[in-house]
Amino acid sequence: MSWATIFVIAGGAYLLKVSGLVLLRGWQPPTLVQRCLDLLPAALIAALIVVNTVVTGRHLVADARLVGVSAAAVAAWRRLPFPAVVVIGGAVTALVRRLA
Amino acid sequence: MSAGVLLGLAVGVFGVSFGLIAVTAGLSPAQASAMSLLVFTGASQFAAVGVVGAGGSPVAAIASALFLGARNAAYGLTMAPVLEGRLPKRLLAAQLVIDESTALAMAQSDNRERQRGFWAAGISIYVCWNIGTVIGALGGKLIGKPETWGLDAAFPAAFVALLIPHLRKVGGKQTALLGAALAIALTPILPPGIPILVAAVASVLGLRRQTTP
Repeated sequence: MSWATIFVIAGGAYLLKVSGLVLLRGWQPPTLVQRCLDLLPAALIAALIVVNTVVTGRHLVADARLVGVSAAAVAAWRRLPFPAVVVIGGAVTALVRRLA
Repeated sequence: MSAGVLLGLAVGVFGVSFGLIAVTAGLSPAQASAMSLLVFTGASQFAAVGVVGAGGSPVAAIASALFLGARNAAYGLTMAPVLEGRLPKRLLAAQLVIDESTALAMAQSDNRERQRGFWAAGISIYVCWNIGTVIGALGGKLIGKPETWGLDAAFPAAFVALLIPHLRKVGGKQTALLGAALAIALTPILPPGIPILVAAVASVLGLRRQTTP
């Protein structure tokens, strides 16, 4: 990743934080906008998960990652702490790779 | 107050995984640290390095990060009546407006406690997140090929943990399923990174009416 990309993300992220707290104080966004903002993370995060689990380049593949991430999903759904979920995802993937 | 410190320590471990995943995706340890110091929004940072790691363009990385950061604007609106005071102080507070600090502040019963909760959580998370990132980024350089340790799967695993609270919202499950399905369907036909953005926007626009409570 280039430094320019990092600075653009940093500037944009700060602008978003400041817009709510300082620039738009007291403004009530329309319900529809609030609803979209509320749901956006679910869609975006789900898309990020599948693309990083079953895609290599532009191809769909089912490999060790799918097993590891599925194990992590079970752990997360059972409310295991965040670090445990990440370690389970990585460790199961590494294990399946070694066995395969 | 102590809840804020405990939250900070938990986030520190989260920071270690960000550092590891960032260097796995090709960032230098200095770049990983710069992101945690300047961007300071966990989900946006993970999204940006995830898109880059998957071969996406800088524009796709920036857009993913800012889409996820958009909810901080809504948190800012929520926190505005609580965080009164002089402009420089509010400009400083803005950098700390994230999921955890807002949630902890709004869990308190009056504005004084909310302020204390916000600053305690915000500062301890900021410090621990950045220390964690340095440890993870430097550690990641030492352990060699990331695939041996399953580190390429640690990123989606981290996002699985981040997704769970959103699934428990009204319409959350449907939106997530549609987002995932669209991302898979679009992957063979669009450049890397773009399917993620299109899938996210399309599913939110598609489901907002049906799922409005």
